[in-house]
Amino acid sequence: MQFGIFTVGDVTTDPTTGRTPTEAERIRAMLTIAKHAEDVGLDVFATGEHHNPPFVPSSPTTLLGYIAATTSTIQLSTATTLITTNDPVKIAEDYAMLQIVADGRVDLMMGRGNTGPVYPWFGKDIRQGIPLAVENYALLRRLWDEEVVDWEGRFRTPLQGFTSTPRPLDGVAPFVWHGSIRSPEIAEQAAYYGDGFFHNNIFWPMEHTRSMVRYYRERFEHYGHGTAEQAIVGLGGQVFMRARSQDAVREFRPYFDEAPVYGHGPSLEEFTAQTPLTVGSPQQVIDRYAAMRHDVGHYQRQLFLMDHAGLPLSTVLEQLDILGGEVVPVLRAEMASDRPASVPDAPTHAARVATARAAGTAAPEHDAPTQDRWTGRTAEDDLLAADAVSGERA
Amino acid sequence: MTARKIAVVSAGLGKPSSTRLLADRLAQATVDELARIGVTATVETFELRDVAHDIVNAMLTGFPSPTLRHLLETVTGTDAVIAVTPLYTTTYSGLFKSFVDILDKDALVGTPVLLGATGGTPRHSLALEYSVRPLFTYLRAHTVTTSVFAATDDWAGGTDTLASLPARITRAATELAVAVVARPASRPVDPFADAPNFADLLGDS
Repeated sequence: MQFGIFTVGDVTTDPTTGRTPTEAERIRAMLTIAKHAEDVGLDVFATGEHHNPPFVPSSPTTLLGYIAATTSTIQLSTATTLITTNDPVKIAEDYAMLQIVADGRVDLMMGRGNTGPVYPWFGKDIRQGIPLAVENYALLRRLWDEEVVDWEGRFRTPLQGFTSTPRPLDGVAPFVWHGSIRSPEIAEQAAYYGDGFFHNNIFWPMEHTRSMVRYYRERFEHYGHGTAEQAIVGLGGQVFMRARSQDAVREFRPYFDEAPVYGHGPSLEEFTAQTPLTVGSPQQVIDRYAAMRHDVGHYQRQLFLMDHAGLPLSTVLEQLDILGGEVVPVLRAEMASDRPASVPDAPTHAARVATARAAGTAAPEHDAPTQDRWTGRTAEDDLLAADAVSGERA
Repeated sequence: MTARKIAVVSAGLGKPSSTRLLADRLAQATVDELARIGVTATVETFELRDVAHDIVNAMLTGFPSPTLRHLLETVTGTDAVIAVTPLYTTTYSGLFKSFVDILDKDALVGTPVLLGATGGTPRHSLALEYSVRPLFTYLRAHTVTTSVFAATDDWAGGTDTLASLPARITRAATELAVAVVARPASRPVDPFADAPNFADLLGDS
């Protein structure tokens, strides 16, 4: 089982000091946090994607490419990649590039985002959110899995003889998770492809998470990818810890009360009772998160939101020390204690390549497509060809 | 035949409140009308005052508290809704509208709804027609023709001796009872029941 962190990359004023980091400070803090996550023994760092202030991560592969160079073991991921408004061709290219740069330590999580105007900013219609997610992902899969793609759909200009470059490392595309909070269609999509399903339950009560995950597991089995218990599940979470729980509550409360999403809404006590947010001692966090498997079944990935609501970098790094040093080792042991052997680990590139080799679908040694059918073709060439065609028709 | 369920929502802020009083009268009259045609009905009544903070929290966080979730599930999985609001500044109260705002837009499609309102004088009675009814039309609820406005004087026997408050309540309740028996009994809402098969989604795209 993988334990890691995800960031939404918000620039938020620290309510206890009134200080707001600059965008540059925030981005550098994210780089430091990712490196520290690896140093304290965490398995995953994931970044969100946003296209409006006060969020900074508009260019996830640039950020993750740098982190790939400063780390050696941590898995790099997204939370989430906007499958609705990004061109699937660009996602295929960017993440295949990142996958090679990071030597396979890359997966990504598809999502539809939660900011309405992003759709029109990128020329899309928000009412088509689900159809965009469905069509764009279907194209993305083909661009990764097939070398030469002819394609026509509703939302993007057609492709004829298109090859996405670079090809995925070892002929095995990055593993994909699909994140959704409310839409059964996305759980259905994850199940259809045998991909992972991530429920970012940080704002949701467990009854809801349980029913979404159960639905995904049933459909995963329906589509023949394995038994329901073998489906690939991830959960979100958020915690704030101090050795004494009352210290944790006292220190975190001002950040909670002013937080961008739930601030000025429910009390800290109501919110911690109703969602996975846990503010207290490391043992309280262990107890809460070790119990998650009783609600959703044994799962593969637990991500925590740690750097938000204006918490200063020094505090976030201390929180990671506690998470990696005291909490995750115990959670690993607890989760492993009753985990059936039939439940798979979280997918890694090495494991997926081994599976592909066994199935004979991995790329051969010399896999690069070398034929260049396009460079040097000029507009005049195409115009001549077009004239020739129209001449034939006329 | 199984008992039909009626959910009553009162947005009155006072304790006691004349809005709740009107809601109770409408509910009892509906139960009586259904009984007269051989249908038993159960009533669950909610005062939005009790969940006012939860409603605001749901607007801010996007998810309801357990108490509010029970209310929402009851209202959206019922055979009929009786919705009663005080009129403030020419229209439904802000709390009433906030409650409607957190309902899923399809939650009341086809559900029989009886509207009621309270106000100081009969001069406000048409507010039900020009402001409250369009809200439920937008939600595509089956809103019965008669809505019931009760002015302060109505509680004393009245400004209107030809169409008294009890007579208006009975007429509205009769319409609601007819609408209830005209449709099959409600079932608990299953959000996954209508989830499309992925092959269909791909075909649509």
